[in-house]
Amino acid sequence: MSDTGTSEKIPFMQRVLDNPFLLLFLGVTVPATLYLVWGLVELTQIPVAE
Amino acid sequence: MATAAGEIGVIGGIAAKFRTCPVTALKIDLAAERLIKANAVAAVVFLAIGGVLGLLVALTRWPAVHLLDSDTFYMVLTAHGLNVLLFWIIFFEMAILYFASAVLLNCRLAAPQFAWIAFVLMVAGALLTDFTVLQGDSSVMFTSYVPLRASPNFYLGLILFAVGALIGCMVFFGTLVVAREERTYEGSVPLVTFGAIAAAVIAVFTIASGAIILIPTWLWSLGYIGHIDTLMYKLVWWGMGHSSQQINVSAHVAVWYAIAAILLGAKPLSEKVSRTAFLFYILFLQLASAHHLLVEPGLSSEWKVFNTSYALYLAVLGSLIHGMTVPGAIEAAQRRNGYVHGMFEWLRRAPWGNPAFSGMFLSLVMFGFIGGISGVVLGTEQLNIMMHNTLYVPGHFHGTVVAGTTLAFMALTYLVLPLIFRREVMWPGLAKWQPWLFGIGAGGISLFMLGAGTLGVARRHWDITFADAILSFDYPATAFLMLGLNGIFAILATVGGALYVAITVASVLFGRPVHERNALHALGPLPQRVVESGSSAQVGRHGSEGFGHLPGTYTLVAVFFVAFALYYFVNWKYLSELWPLS
Repeated sequence: MSDTGTSEKIPFMQRVLDNPFLLLFLGVTVPATLYLVWGLVELTQIPVAE
Repeated sequence: MATAAGEIGVIGGIAAKFRTCPVTALKIDLAAERLIKANAVAAVVFLAIGGVLGLLVALTRWPAVHLLDSDTFYMVLTAHGLNVLLFWIIFFEMAILYFASAVLLNCRLAAPQFAWIAFVLMVAGALLTDFTVLQGDSSVMFTSYVPLRASPNFYLGLILFAVGALIGCMVFFGTLVVAREERTYEGSVPLVTFGAIAAAVIAVFTIASGAIILIPTWLWSLGYIGHIDTLMYKLVWWGMGHSSQQINVSAHVAVWYAIAAILLGAKPLSEKVSRTAFLFYILFLQLASAHHLLVEPGLSSEWKVFNTSYALYLAVLGSLIHGMTVPGAIEAAQRRNGYVHGMFEWLRRAPWGNPAFSGMFLSLVMFGFIGGISGVVLGTEQLNIMMHNTLYVPGHFHGTVVAGTTLAFMALTYLVLPLIFRREVMWPGLAKWQPWLFGIGAGGISLFMLGAGTLGVARRHWDITFADAILSFDYPATAFLMLGLNGIFAILATVGGALYVAITVASVLFGRPVHERNALHALGPLPQRVVESGSSAQVGRHGSEGFGHLPGTYTLVAVFFVAFALYYFVNWKYLSELWPLS
């Protein structure tokens, strides 16, 4: 089914893209860090009204 | 080639029953097939419910009709959002995940009993939420912003649904492991499966965000927690609310590739390029959630601009890549199929009479031109201020979710019926028109809401005449025209949607059985070469076409870029008029 022979060295990016659990890790941690954690940290720094 | 059930495969010591698809030559695990059917049927039921509710919303927004009273309007709007934005699409996406894993990888589904538990939880959760909303005391909109408080069962239903969907995603990832361990494919997974992986990854982030915010909100509604911070709620909720629509984007792009492969034998132009585009989705698409918070004073410009511009533009680049490679793959396949004359014979002679193709291509065009371009405008912090929380927002997501995702899923249904349900599509003459009716209707809804939003019409107001307000306010007369046209096109889309439901239900119940001898015919009109060569099997393969002679695609892409640039800069002109600098 594949065009790639099994004896060829598999390129780094292909190995990354062939690993669904690495993709799952990246796809959860990147937005969790950049959107959720960064955003929540900023919200916690809003001064509370007295 | 056997089409009847009964072939028993024992792989890795676990027995599963398979049949072999006469069109794609794929082995289909019968347990996966039953789950695909169950999720697809549930999806269509919730689409029917959500579609009727959507028509009621549109007829109320139409000032000359103004159908519902305010309480009923907000209840119906809440239920409409939940049924179509969550239940319809996620049930259908579960069917896609099982198809893209077990079927395309020629393996058994991992833990089908867990997949059934997932299905039952999702059905129970969706029904509980619907029942609670229709009782009338949980009209908190799809967003359910605190301090609006719904009945506890509203949140509980959503949590049950999300837990079910999460289990479904785990079954999908488990099936990938089964396929790899049992060596049912060589090299990399097919591109359609890779697109489904992107959708499942985004789904996990989406469900995690939902759990983080909905479980405390449920406890708050029960009185166990005293306070939920409104801004924190909004931030985390949109991690679920907007990301759930990004699952759709990945899923429907995978569906575009699948339909092009099955109907035309199309290969991706470049596996590397298309997979990189999906990787951009996995890393950056969820960050678009931030556009809903662009006017919140508590968040810095750095957070806003990074999430909605720098990072989001990488996800947009992913969509631009697919926007070129999908028509490019179609053009390359059609030229291989013999349509080589001029710039556009490949497109002119495409199987437009096949609802799977016409639905897919309309979805591709409208997602790009309407949903995609308006999304970039909304995601630009400066421009966003003109249309934030106006009808422009639902105009944008009707372009992505309705004209894009829903139409793509409808198109796929015309292949699922013969390939999975093994029934011929009933009323093929009507089916030929169905994507056009729904697509033009959905396109009109999107465009006229975008227009009304540009004129400042608020996103969720029951009465734009403000008849019972103490202080009067007049929107421009054009806004009324826009909402009238929105109502007319909503009727058109409803007719198209009702046809889809009727054709689907009738085909499942009364369609002629599909056997080996009529399997290809049951797919609808196809290019002769595809019929002769059996190139539909391409859907389960890995391999690139290459960027060859594609003048038609390059012309279409150029037209898109011109439209994109013009519309983008026209909005900057509007902004300069809103805030004159002289």
